[in-house]
Amino acid sequence: MSTEARAVHFPAADWGGGVHPYRVGHRKLGMWLFIVSDSLTFSALLIGYAYLRASNVWPTPFPFYPSIVFSSVMTFCLLSSSLTMVFGVSASSHGNKTAARKWILATIFFGVAFIVLHLIEWNHLIGEGLRPFSLPAHWISTFTTTDGKLPTPLFGATFFTITGLHMFHVATGAVYLGVVAARVKKLKHEDIEISGLYWHFVDLVWMFVFPLIYILSVDVGGHLAK
Amino acid sequence: MSAHVEEEHFAGSNKLFTSIWVWLILLTLVEIFLAYRPMPIHYMLIILLGLSIIKAALIVAYFMHMKFERLSLILTIVPMLVVCICLLFVFFPDSFRSVGLRYEFKEQPPAAEEQ
Repeated sequence: MSTEARAVHFPAADWGGGVHPYRVGHRKLGMWLFIVSDSLTFSALLIGYAYLRASNVWPTPFPFYPSIVFSSVMTFCLLSSSLTMVFGVSASSHGNKTAARKWILATIFFGVAFIVLHLIEWNHLIGEGLRPFSLPAHWISTFTTTDGKLPTPLFGATFFTITGLHMFHVATGAVYLGVVAARVKKLKHEDIEISGLYWHFVDLVWMFVFPLIYILSVDVGGHLAK
Repeated sequence: MSAHVEEEHFAGSNKLFTSIWVWLILLTLVEIFLAYRPMPIHYMLIILLGLSIIKAALIVAYFMHMKFERLSLILTIVPMLVVCICLLFVFFPDSFRSVGLRYEFKEQPPAAEEQ
């Protein structure tokens, strides 16, 4: 800690490394590098999903209600949580830790709302008969092509894996923010900013997951008769 | 001392962040609208990916504060990510080859049982 205090008075060059590499502080750089690695994990999963989708008959079963309505509200929740998080970081930078705590609690609220809605959506799909490696019977009959090719059961695997991993990140982020909110008076501004980076990353991933998983699988025309 | 001050100052007003949030919501509404427009899936995919990249860039630049960071940090993180994602895409055309490799069932396999 003492080296850090001394180093603050000696601005390091961008490429000098040490306590302030790129003049951001080593903890913040660590979070950025983690975000890059996690982005690659999600990229690999999404590209794997794209590969499977291009090489198989893919069902497009999502009705406007509840799937698209729920996922749109979930998107709104995450975007709003990013806004409240950035308000919190901004308040913290002005030294107002009490306001920062309130904004972080609002962020957690939107994050938990996202998880609840997502679990309801999962429950609806599982209730219809979707499993990681099998499709409901009425989906198979609806989405079999005219030349008899069957829709792939990997729809369930990709859906649950990608959205499940994302939901896990949201849940972990909510716990992380809970700890930050509880200890906000003892933490430095940089630590609150770092927690903000993680939360914005979670929102960023959803910006790709929502169109690729939900929007591209909309049941346009209502083919799925219930 | 100047590095310490630079560290504490979080550039950007609440008004700016709110306007970015409004843009993100609008772009999301455009995506939902496009979902119900009939078009070939290739066009849909390109437009959706383009919109997602714009939304991601807005979040990274303003909410994650990257626009106000040193260029050296941007140059370290962004090209690395772009290159690695492009490398992942190298195998994508293989999916077109494997379309023809699927075994065609003559009768339906047993469907999932309701549990």
